[in-house]
Amino acid sequence: MADAQPVLQVEQLVKEYGDGVVTRVLHGIDLQLQRGELVALIGPSGSGKSTLLNLIGLLDRPTSGRVVLQGKDTQGLDDRALTQLRGETLGFVFQFHHLLPAFTAQENVMLPAYAHAGQPSAAMRERAAEMLRAVGLAAKITTRITDLSGGQQQRVAIARALAHDPPLVLADEPTGNLDTASADEVFELMRRFNAERGTSFLVVTHDPRIAVRCARVIEIVDGRIAR
Amino acid sequence: MPFEWFVAIRYLREGRVQTLLILAAVSVGVSVIVFLSALINGLQTSLLKQTLGTQPHITLVPAELVARPLFAATTVAATTIEKSPQRLQSINQWPTVLEQVERVPGVVAASHTVTGAAFATRGVAEKPVLVHGVDPERFLSVIDVRSKMKAGHFRVSGDGVVIGVGLANLLGLAIGDKLRLSTTLGADALVVVRGIFDLGSKDVNERWVISTLRVAQTLFDLPAGASSLELRVASVFDADTIAQDLAERTGLEANSWMKVNAQLLVGLRSQSNSKVMIQFFVVIAVALGIASVLIVSVVQKSREIGILRAVGTPASRVLRVFLIQGGLLGLTGSITGCALGALFAKFFQTLASNADGSPIFPVELSPGLFAGASALAILIGLGSALLPARRAARLDPGEAIRHG
Repeated sequence: MADAQPVLQVEQLVKEYGDGVVTRVLHGIDLQLQRGELVALIGPSGSGKSTLLNLIGLLDRPTSGRVVLQGKDTQGLDDRALTQLRGETLGFVFQFHHLLPAFTAQENVMLPAYAHAGQPSAAMRERAAEMLRAVGLAAKITTRITDLSGGQQQRVAIARALAHDPPLVLADEPTGNLDTASADEVFELMRRFNAERGTSFLVVTHDPRIAVRCARVIEIVDGRIAR
Repeated sequence: MPFEWFVAIRYLREGRVQTLLILAAVSVGVSVIVFLSALINGLQTSLLKQTLGTQPHITLVPAELVARPLFAATTVAATTIEKSPQRLQSINQWPTVLEQVERVPGVVAASHTVTGAAFATRGVAEKPVLVHGVDPERFLSVIDVRSKMKAGHFRVSGDGVVIGVGLANLLGLAIGDKLRLSTTLGADALVVVRGIFDLGSKDVNERWVISTLRVAQTLFDLPAGASSLELRVASVFDADTIAQDLAERTGLEANSWMKVNAQLLVGLRSQSNSKVMIQFFVVIAVALGIASVLIVSVVQKSREIGILRAVGTPASRVLRVFLIQGGLLGLTGSITGCALGALFAKFFQTLASNADGSPIFPVELSPGLFAGASALAILIGLGSALLPARRAARLDPGEAIRHG
């Protein structure tokens, strides 16, 4: 690949919670993701997967260690700069109920761009519609989120995560709470985007069927990388 | 539409029942403010108009006569000094004083008069009256009697006088009838009734006789004199201050309507105070209502707020989303509230009406009142949204998404 720079680089990441009784959730994680990788992050409940994802997603700050996104060190950035970096370089796919129920599928997909620009534009709407067509929801563009099935909602979430073409998409249990058929559909969608656009994916999952289909699997146990 | 407005309006529409309930609360609050203001302002204006319709804003009279002991204070000559009887006196150099007071800022009109007590007789009927000898044009610019004429005209010249309806009834007088005025000094004058007025006060209507200056000067033995100067000021509530100023400048005794009607003034003030008090509590109640609805909304939506933040929405935009919701609740509530308040006020007016259907007093519904109430409601909305909005903006996105 032309640029050897990793999409994501995590160095000696430590996260502790609590003031009196300190609980160390992550014990110095080192991790690298190259452009175009599709990586599964697995591990038992409470192993620190979600904490790691939140730190990488700039939704939380580490106790020590560094998160470098696209070569940009995020240490010491203020909330404003973090928000902007998050908006530009990251896409999020949460569990399926993490869409905004008051809005339509199209509005949900265009929301990140809208929130960033402040004003809507025809290009934003078109882009959102295009993304929804790409995930197979051409007929549901103006449907309220609450009128969609779980699998459909998760496809909207993927469309939203990819609408601004981020280099890295973080997915937290994207197929949790979905039946097997829908889970397969959603995962296939991610794999297609990974193959077609070279978007890197870091997917936290409990589902071994998903994990085995990823090119690389990272397992976390007790806040350390086990494999 | 800007992002913040888009999200704010969508959230308000989504929380239909909550939004409608709080809008109803804001409307009721605003309507109480509008209704109360319209009612009390109307009442006060009409009370003031009635009071000031029959009296000058400021009256200047010579200082009272003081009895002075003939001996030096060290000599004990008498144990008590009786107050000397007050007779009607003329203001020293009144034309100069008149000119002087007319130039005082705030004074818009001045009239010199000779005012004194007399008896009006017609046939065997006799009534005590108060004769006002005036320069007609000047007097009218201080107290507008011309618009209150019931019969005849305000024609005060030669032996022509105008009297109140009460006196006309008591003495059975009509336009053109003759009337004898006499004083305890033994002077008397024969005058002709040219007009009958109704100033809305029983006492004034039964007592006042307005004549030319000359007739009164003769009656009260004040040739070329004037016993008082009556003034009108631009702003009625400045009367007290101006009166004090005038007293210092002229050495005369200056009585403002505020001093003469101290009781009324106390009444008006406490009325205003209670109005402000009630409105204050209404404002508090409305603010608490809006704030609590928005706080609940922030708690309910904390996960959505976290998602918005996660996908790149700056905290400042989240803050504005909730401020706009508060402002919109205030604005919308104030529109319906103003309409409701105006309706209440109009309805109340139809209840409190005279026998002929005209209102006892007009409620005062001014554009300024609506604008003020609306501005207040929007401010309350914004103010009470501040706390929830800041709470929303400070939500930690990671936490909010996981536990919201």
